[in-house]
Amino acid sequence: MSKILIVAEVAAGKLKRTTHSSITFARSAGLPFDVLVVGQHVGTAAEELRGFGAGVVKVADDAAFANYVGEVYAPTVAEAAKGYVVVVVTASSFGKDLAPRVAARLGAGFASDVAGVEVAGGVLTYKRPMYAGNAIAMMQITSETQVVSARQSEFEAAAPSGGLSALETASTVAAPLAGRVEFLSFDEVKSARPELAEAKVVVSGGRSLKSVEGFKTVLEPLVDVMGAAMGASRAAVDAGYVPNDLQVGQTGKVVAPKLYVAVGISGAIQHIAGMKNSKVIVAINKDAEAPIFQLADYGLVGDLFKAVPELTEAVKKIRAEG
Amino acid sequence: MKILVPLKRTADPDNANKIKIGAGGAKIETTGLEPKANPFDEYAVEASLRLLENGQTKVRIAGDKLTIASFGPKEAATNIRQALAMGADDGLLFLSDDNALDGDLIARALAKVVEQQMPDLVVLGKQAVDGDSNQVGQILAELLQWPSATFAMSMELSADKKTVIVGREVDGGVIKLRLTLPAVITVDLRIVAPKSVVNHVTPATFTYPDGARFTPLPMIIKAKSKPIVEASLASLGVDTALKSKYLSFALPPARKGGVKVKDVAELVQKLRTEAKVL
Ligand SMILES: Cc1cc2nc3c(=O)[nH]c(=O)nc-3n(C[C@H](O)[C@H](O)[C@H](O)COP(=O)(O)OP(=O)(O)OC[C@H]3O[C@@H](n4cnc5c(N)ncnc54)[C@H](O)[C@@H]3O)c2cc1C
Repeated sequence: MSKILIVAEVAAGKLKRTTHSSITFARSAGLPFDVLVVGQHVGTAAEELRGFGAGVVKVADDAAFANYVGEVYAPTVAEAAKGYVVVVVTASSFGKDLAPRVAARLGAGFASDVAGVEVAGGVLTYKRPMYAGNAIAMMQITSETQVVSARQSEFEAAAPSGGLSALETASTVAAPLAGRVEFLSFDEVKSARPELAEAKVVVSGGRSLKSVEGFKTVLEPLVDVMGAAMGASRAAVDAGYVPNDLQVGQTGKVVAPKLYVAVGISGAIQHIAGMKNSKVIVAINKDAEAPIFQLADYGLVGDLFKAVPELTEAVKKIRAEG
Repeated sequence: MKILVPLKRTADPDNANKIKIGAGGAKIETTGLEPKANPFDEYAVEASLRLLENGQTKVRIAGDKLTIASFGPKEAATNIRQALAMGADDGLLFLSDDNALDGDLIARALAKVVEQQMPDLVVLGKQAVDGDSNQVGQILAELLQWPSATFAMSMELSADKKTVIVGREVDGGVIKLRLTLPAVITVDLRIVAPKSVVNHVTPATFTYPDGARFTPLPMIIKAKSKPIVEASLASLGVDTALKSKYLSFALPPARKGGVKVKDVAELVQKLRTEAKVL
């Protein structure tokens, strides 16, 4: 029986919601699945994963996995993957790094950022966006084992399905490269806001906000009153106004919230690639010809330094009225 | 030190929304789009040059070398030549049809190139902006069994050139890894920021301009006499069977533009009563 192996993403012992998108991937393929959890002190995460309908939850809990290093994780994942038809990891920075390594170790074909899956006659066909989302390809992997990374914004986070999957210990495989790659540090950007990839509302700012201060004093009040995650264009990130991992786009994060508000963002194709599947798009830009207006459901032509505070006040009022 | 940078010829990424789907979904047509080097590969060239030179005097470190390798049509020589004008020393072009390549085959072919060239470092773009796959560097590192770091936003080469500390741009922050050479690095956008690359030769006070360097005319002329060696993909002795099979292509569903609102009040009203998202 062909089966899928989901590789869970765990950070500091906590299960990341990216994993729930891989579960949805497996469910939409309609094939039975197991889950592999690799990390240190991952007991709670593994326990949590037992309620999603997996056949088995396999756990490799080892001090060697305290911090994510691809060279150290890949041998253990590849070993656990033997006998499965598909190995799936969500295409977060973790999955993007790990999945192709696992494919290489298995001699398997790989498809990245998969946005859909169909099974017919036992053959899996994947949908994947290319050219910054300007082409959608249907493709298959011809090797015995297949490795894919699933695009989080296209597979809604799975809810528990009840039941209690069996727990199993997965063997930890020594990593021959461990001595040549040393983990030094993780400088974490802490934020109390929702994560970009999961938020129902995203408010993004562009170069036009002009400074760190601009983001702080003009954009953030709107972000917070809307309970939104904050995003940015590459230009704003490159200029150092906001942390790198807030970049939305072809080469940053891909998001598909219920509401996306683009503030002072021109709408370059690389940016659009990361947000065009949002349900409702609002654009605020002083240039009536800005390309972002071609896909915005609601466009406001005007100066953001005036419009954004006004919008913040208006939303505040609505919230106060309940 | 010797660095190898693989470089892909891609259709103008700033106009990727002008691609067409040909012959009943059988292929993607990029006619009319200017072929350019994948921007991430250009950043890989720039970052590599910063490892190999004194940024202040623009003098290259004696004995160091930067080689460009490309897989694609004969015309890809133009894109290699551009990297040579930036300062790379020589190029290798493995002639092949783009449709007969996938990331897995490129990585296996590159592993052979590495065997022949024996670089200390392979620096790649994190993804090609046409296929958007983000895979070759990771696969290559596993095949070579070399340590690696993906999505690099900073690199610091130790003075003895035995190790490199790489800052990786990941969800939630930056991971720092120390790799023992030889190694594989894939670069992200911020690798070409003014202070991203440290080689302990360029003075710490020196600041690079943001982005990949321009190529002045004398460099372009000099590049004309730098060697580009052409060979067939088959000459590398790799199995050219692909593990991925593309069945069809389509344009994404078009999103129709909406309305312009006259002020914030109208925007709020529409978001509440029409879109129901407030
Ligand atoms: C390899 C590569 C990868 C890339 N990946 C990404 C990516 O993932 N994500 C991404 O976003 N970009 C990416 N880019 C960059 C992209 O091409 C654009 O350069 C970038 O998105 C532009 O950012 P921006 O809209 O903030 O700036 P600009 O294009 O400069 O636009 C600023 C906008 O603000 C408006 N404006 C200015 N002042 C005001 C004001 N007071 N009030 C209202 N409006 C105002 C202007 O009219 C303009 O439309 C990539 C580029 C390359 C080459």
